[in-house]
Amino acid sequence: MAASDTATAARSRRSNLKAERIRSSWIFLAPMLLVLAFVAGWPLLKTIWFGFTDASLDALSSADFIGFNNYLEWVDYGDGDGEWYGLLADPDWWQAVYNTVFFSLVSVFFETIFGTIVALVLHAEFKGRGFVRAAVLIPWAIPTIVSAKMWAWMMNDQFGILNDLFLHIGVISQPIAWTASADTAMIAVLIVDIWKTTPFMALLILAGLQMIPQDIYEAAKIDGINPVKVFFRVTLPLIKPALAVAVIFRALDALRVFDLIYVLTPNNSQTKTMSVFAQENLFQFDKFAYGSAASTLLFLVIGVITIVYLKIARVDLEGGR
Amino acid sequence: MKLGYGPAALAVGTMLVTGLFTGSALAVDLAIVSGAVGDDIKMLRSNLDRYEKETGNTVKIVEMPQSTTDQFGQYRLWLSAGNADIDVYRTDVIWAPQLANHLLDLTEAAKDVAGAHFPSIIESQTVDGKLVAIPMFTDAPALYYRKDLLEKYGAEPPKTWEELTATAQMVQDKEREAGNGDFHGFVFQGAAYEGLTCDALEWVKSHGGGQIVEADGTISINNPDAIKAINTAKSWIGTISPEGVLGYKEEDARGVWQTGSAAFMRNWPYAYSLSNSDDSAVKGKFDVAPLPSGGDGSAATLGGWNLAVSKYSKHPDEAIGLALFLASEESQKRRATELSRLPTIEALYDDPDVAAAQPIIPSWKEIFLNAVPRPSAPTKKDYNEVSKEFWTAVHDSLSGNGDTEANFKKLEAKLKRLKGSGWE
Repeated sequence: MAASDTATAARSRRSNLKAERIRSSWIFLAPMLLVLAFVAGWPLLKTIWFGFTDASLDALSSADFIGFNNYLEWVDYGDGDGEWYGLLADPDWWQAVYNTVFFSLVSVFFETIFGTIVALVLHAEFKGRGFVRAAVLIPWAIPTIVSAKMWAWMMNDQFGILNDLFLHIGVISQPIAWTASADTAMIAVLIVDIWKTTPFMALLILAGLQMIPQDIYEAAKIDGINPVKVFFRVTLPLIKPALAVAVIFRALDALRVFDLIYVLTPNNSQTKTMSVFAQENLFQFDKFAYGSAASTLLFLVIGVITIVYLKIARVDLEGGR
Repeated sequence: MKLGYGPAALAVGTMLVTGLFTGSALAVDLAIVSGAVGDDIKMLRSNLDRYEKETGNTVKIVEMPQSTTDQFGQYRLWLSAGNADIDVYRTDVIWAPQLANHLLDLTEAAKDVAGAHFPSIIESQTVDGKLVAIPMFTDAPALYYRKDLLEKYGAEPPKTWEELTATAQMVQDKEREAGNGDFHGFVFQGAAYEGLTCDALEWVKSHGGGQIVEADGTISINNPDAIKAINTAKSWIGTISPEGVLGYKEEDARGVWQTGSAAFMRNWPYAYSLSNSDDSAVKGKFDVAPLPSGGDGSAATLGGWNLAVSKYSKHPDEAIGLALFLASEESQKRRATELSRLPTIEALYDDPDVAAAQPIIPSWKEIFLNAVPRPSAPTKKDYNEVSKEFWTAVHDSLSGNGDTEANFKKLEAKLKRLKGSGWE
């Protein structure tokens, strides 16, 4: 009787303590949640709402609910003939979706490969490693607007250094209009993005590499395993969690790319992404509601791709392995 | 009893005195936002310095990029948000109907000076009887050509686009043979933005292909003349024009021209004074002519910039004063003599000082008076989207992304959709 009393008391003390902890953690989290709700949640809800209205930028307050018409609407011409209107029937929107997904896939693919290579090099012991590690980060540290402008000059067809270089070493016989021509506009954007974000990938992968205990490598060395095999059998599986997180970060970033394209090739239909499409409708055209609907779809597309990716890559966001 | 009036009189006196002082001596801080090409900002600053000296107010310039498309997006956002930080906006001639709701009516303030400006420009800035902006300068493009090279190779300034194509090709070939490998025949504004709408409208109109959307609102763009015009321009890409011209705006084209690497350039009159500046490689070696004809006469797109006062300005009276100051005859004359910006005040075209400094200006009066307006009036708030669809179709055709026939068919369908039962 006495023993069970003590046990109950201890349990209630423990649950009191637990309740106390939960309470205080909510108190600590509250300011952040409030700010987040205010700066992210509220605008998001507003945008979704505007997507269902006929709002124009000049008359936001007098917007009327029009249901899904911004997404899809059958407009009857009155003579039995008609046409589908709305985002889902807009070829420009689907071109933008294609551009964005293509851009994200290619850029993240190359950034992951180059990032891994750079991380492996930086992981090796050599003199001046600290300096090289810092230097590698420079492209990532430059604001995108600045690096986009910088590259725009380097890629200029008349005065650009890139053409000058390639002409001199004989790779090309005529200057290429990198950002202007339809065939190279996307390549130009990809080059700049890969140049810029490879260091970020390298940094995240390097952090993963440094978590691997050295004794595994020593064991492999004693067994005389080929270094290539060591990489694929030991290193890669062990950095996979870090790699998966790095890829998701980059993919989220790439899917909402705006600044780089807005500066480098603003209105080319070959490089217009979902964000550029939304901005254009929101602010350039008198179609605030349509732009809001595009932003909502952009949010959904990114959401769906992220969830699918997390499932496939089996990334654990709960903090375990 | 009598005593009671003393303080009251004193109060009234004080009010009168402070009233007088707030009217004249209390200086305010204003802000003007302006995009720029060439030396526009330098000139604006020097005019503002005069204004500051005269009034005691201070004016801050907020600089914007050269692309009118970029400027518009930002201005629309600021104005919709009721931004009180900017008092005066420099606005493009095509923006009036789209921004009118956010701008002050200047009719009353400008009633004494409006008559000196060309009535057509005042009319273009009047929306529903409200003068939303006061004209600062107007624009009508020119064909810049290298006098020295045409003489050297025995050619005349071209009167038609065919002649331009042939002459440009000939000069380019000869110059390249002579070892000038980076030489090009013709540069213009080919980037996908409002500037391409201006250039392409000139090609289409001069071939008899209409004005995209006619004054009565009919969509006219999908016709054989318009398609022929664009196909002519397409034949230049990679032959007489570098492929990079598809990314050129005004300043990029001027960069190639002013370093002496082009025989012809299509550009606005501002490039005239800059091409004649001391650091220019073409100083004294060039002249200007009206743009060539495509069989239906020469066509020049009407441009021009105006000054509008934000409804949200905290100092509307001073801001209106500033706009009128910058649009005044003296400011326009300085802009004309130093920057070769076309005045909107008719009398300045007969001014001997202007004619002596920039001979292009008196001879451009005729061209600007016959300039083709972009369809911003008939398409109203949809203009920006109409323009974007047009420049996209043209840019796609020029860069080989689908042929012109198909692109224009698509363009016509898109414009029809946009128009619906009528432009609004």
